[in-house]
Amino acid sequence: MIRYAYIIPFLPLLSFFVNIAVGKRLPRKGDWVSLATIGAGLVMSIVIFFEVFRIYDPNFKYHVVVPWLSLGDRFVINAGILIDNLTAVMLVIVTLVSFLVHLFSVGYMHGDPKYSRFFAYLSIFSFSMLGLVLAESFFFIYIFWELVGFSSYALIGFWFEKKSAADAGKKAFIVNRVGDFGFLIGFLILFAATGVLGFDEVFLGISEGKIGGTLLTLAGIGIFCGAIGKSAQFPLHVWLPDAMEGPTPVSALIHAATMVAAGVYLVGRVYPIFTPDAFLFIAYTGLITLVITATIALVATDIKKVLAYSTCSQLGYMIMGLGVGGFTAGLAHLTTHAAFKACLFLGSGSVIHAVHSQEITEMGGLRKKMPITFLTFLIATLAISGVPLFSGFYSKDMILKAALLFGMKNPHHMILFAGALLTAGMTAFYMFRLVIRTFLGEPKDHHKFDHAHESPPSMWVPLVVLAGLSFSFWYSGWFGDLIKKPAPVIPVVASVSAPTPAGHPGEAAAMSHAGEVQHASAVHGSAGPTAHAEGGHGKAEHAAPASQGEAHGPAVPAGHGAGSAGLSAAALAEAEGHEDSHEAHLDHVAHIWSMVLSVFFGTFGIALAFVVYRFGWINPEKVASAFRPVHKFLLNKWYFDELYEATVINGMKAFSRALGWFDLHVVDGLVNLCAQVGVWISYLIGKFDDAVVDGAVNGVADVTIGSGTIFRRVQTGKLYHYVFVLAGGALIIFLIKAF
Amino acid sequence: MTLDKLLVIGAALFCCGLYTILTRRNAVAVLMGVELVLNAANINFVAFSHYVSQLIGGQIFAVFVIVLAAAEAAVALAIFLRMFATTGTVEVDMADHLKG
Repeated sequence: MIRYAYIIPFLPLLSFFVNIAVGKRLPRKGDWVSLATIGAGLVMSIVIFFEVFRIYDPNFKYHVVVPWLSLGDRFVINAGILIDNLTAVMLVIVTLVSFLVHLFSVGYMHGDPKYSRFFAYLSIFSFSMLGLVLAESFFFIYIFWELVGFSSYALIGFWFEKKSAADAGKKAFIVNRVGDFGFLIGFLILFAATGVLGFDEVFLGISEGKIGGTLLTLAGIGIFCGAIGKSAQFPLHVWLPDAMEGPTPVSALIHAATMVAAGVYLVGRVYPIFTPDAFLFIAYTGLITLVITATIALVATDIKKVLAYSTCSQLGYMIMGLGVGGFTAGLAHLTTHAAFKACLFLGSGSVIHAVHSQEITEMGGLRKKMPITFLTFLIATLAISGVPLFSGFYSKDMILKAALLFGMKNPHHMILFAGALLTAGMTAFYMFRLVIRTFLGEPKDHHKFDHAHESPPSMWVPLVVLAGLSFSFWYSGWFGDLIKKPAPVIPVVASVSAPTPAGHPGEAAAMSHAGEVQHASAVHGSAGPTAHAEGGHGKAEHAAPASQGEAHGPAVPAGHGAGSAGLSAAALAEAEGHEDSHEAHLDHVAHIWSMVLSVFFGTFGIALAFVVYRFGWINPEKVASAFRPVHKFLLNKWYFDELYEATVINGMKAFSRALGWFDLHVVDGLVNLCAQVGVWISYLIGKFDDAVVDGAVNGVADVTIGSGTIFRRVQTGKLYHYVFVLAGGALIIFLIKAF
Repeated sequence: MTLDKLLVIGAALFCCGLYTILTRRNAVAVLMGVELVLNAANINFVAFSHYVSQLIGGQIFAVFVIVLAAAEAAVALAIFLRMFATTGTVEVDMADHLKG
């Protein structure tokens, strides 16, 4: 089946064309076409997943390419697909969530005038996302990257009659373009250096040292900019909450489960290219995002906005997890988050469908009216809050562990762990606030409450399936075995320190001697020590103090002798041997502490939510008024939109005005000057024409008239004149002949 | 009589004719001058025929010229008649309608 994987994306593409062309005239307005194609894709993906799963090899890779576009002999763009374990998992996530969202939409969008177009858009999105997941080169991932951006734009602005929806669509598209531009620059830097576009080829190029150092860091950050845009990371996170203007199934599919996760997937896919500096950048971007957006979610009252900010925050977790070296952790959270956040969004869609409102202040007590929605929503909330046994606990705990491990090795980066831990508490708090105010307590709006009802089966079946996937036993074990951090490709000398097999740069703590070498080189960026380390353990021991000293001085010339190409295999193995035991110990400690602390903070957040919103021991209004400036600050979303309005938008407007002035005065002036010069030249040419050309013509006529006036006298009309001339002429000829 | 004398008579006759054509304004008189020129040519024909060639081609040619002169005189007199009818004169100076 894996050989036919390339068919999967084309199935939804087919239904897109069918639905966009004749969807309206099909029975049931064509929803079954989209459902059938994505369902077939789901079946194929599951089969492929189990084929891959049966092999159970972390390094499994299925990679086919065909030449697609040849530009001369030197440069060929290949089309192809790459399926490794990560792709197989992503295929199932995307097709599963997409299928369930299709199913949900049958109920949710029932009766919408643009029903078949909605399914067409869902299909084109599924096509793009599946293409993105299967892409094997920067070129194709970029194409599909833009295509998902387009689908997202079309679906956010699906109800474009509403100005807010149309604006949100534009905002999402434009903000994403900012990030995509970074992505473009990033992979073009790599392309310029290596001359190839395929992931594996680029990795090979990097391992051959074709690019390294700061340029590689820049390329990595550039590519990460794409992820910042698509995964709604700070400072480009502003589009995601606005994107909630789209239909709720869209929010579940695109803005929770799949497309926003594409950024995380991208970082995971190109993981080997990131340098330690780039990783640090990624980790801190994730941290800032997850803290900021979680604080906004604390005070938001729109059910979808809360979920949107929570999505931003969870994406921040994933990004930070990847940044601190927790490859498996970040992608595990991506997987589990896709299920429970899709469940939450679809649950909120079910609620919105029932009460026709998005404000949690108008809800309450819905538990009795919508038991299935409540139960599934509760399960997903428990998952996102990190309660043990649920999937969120499993993946979030891994991220916290990775952050703690990173913090233990680099104490001045401990804030990554602290921020993530604090946010875990906040997550639990705001999610339970949402559950309590929506489903528990007394109804606030009786009219809406009486109107509410449980949704049809096509809507609650997806909820049940997704809630079922929010338990941790689905993921534990195999996920960590199969999704392993890819081998480093950055040569040790060129970039000082790659993410070593044992973990992250700089993690080799200062306990073992060889580890110290690595540590020093990683943290302080000296190129020298690695070359010294080459003779094995003994030399490394000597090198260690030296490297510490050098680290603060000027950079040492990168190695000496033939061995300078990198840490020799012997030394590396030696270093690993020392690290392993220590690493295991650290790992264990980090695991215990992160688990204990995250459970503690999660429980605290949940308890606080109950105390405040269920039991009423603390009045939230009083707290809000006590901290009025803070509350207002959070309610206004940290004034990001206002900040961008003031800086970027107004700056752009001012810039445009300046350009307008330039256009009006300088460019138009030049154009008018050209016109004036043209007029002058024409005037001169006219004069020339009048004087010279016409003069010549008139001159010819005048000469003709003048000569005619002279010669007409010859023609007297008198016969004897002619005869006289005749005779005279004859006489002259006679005389000439005679003499 | 020698050829020279005959040629001188011819030339004298030609000059008389030419003089008449150049000086007379009456069309009939001009026609008479033309007759003189033609007859001067006739004398030359006959003289050369008699002294140079032993055949009578010259004499025959002279007879043709006389016939031609008669036809010419007929046509020319007819033109003069029409000219007199339209303009009331046969002065050749008056016939300058083609003057540029």
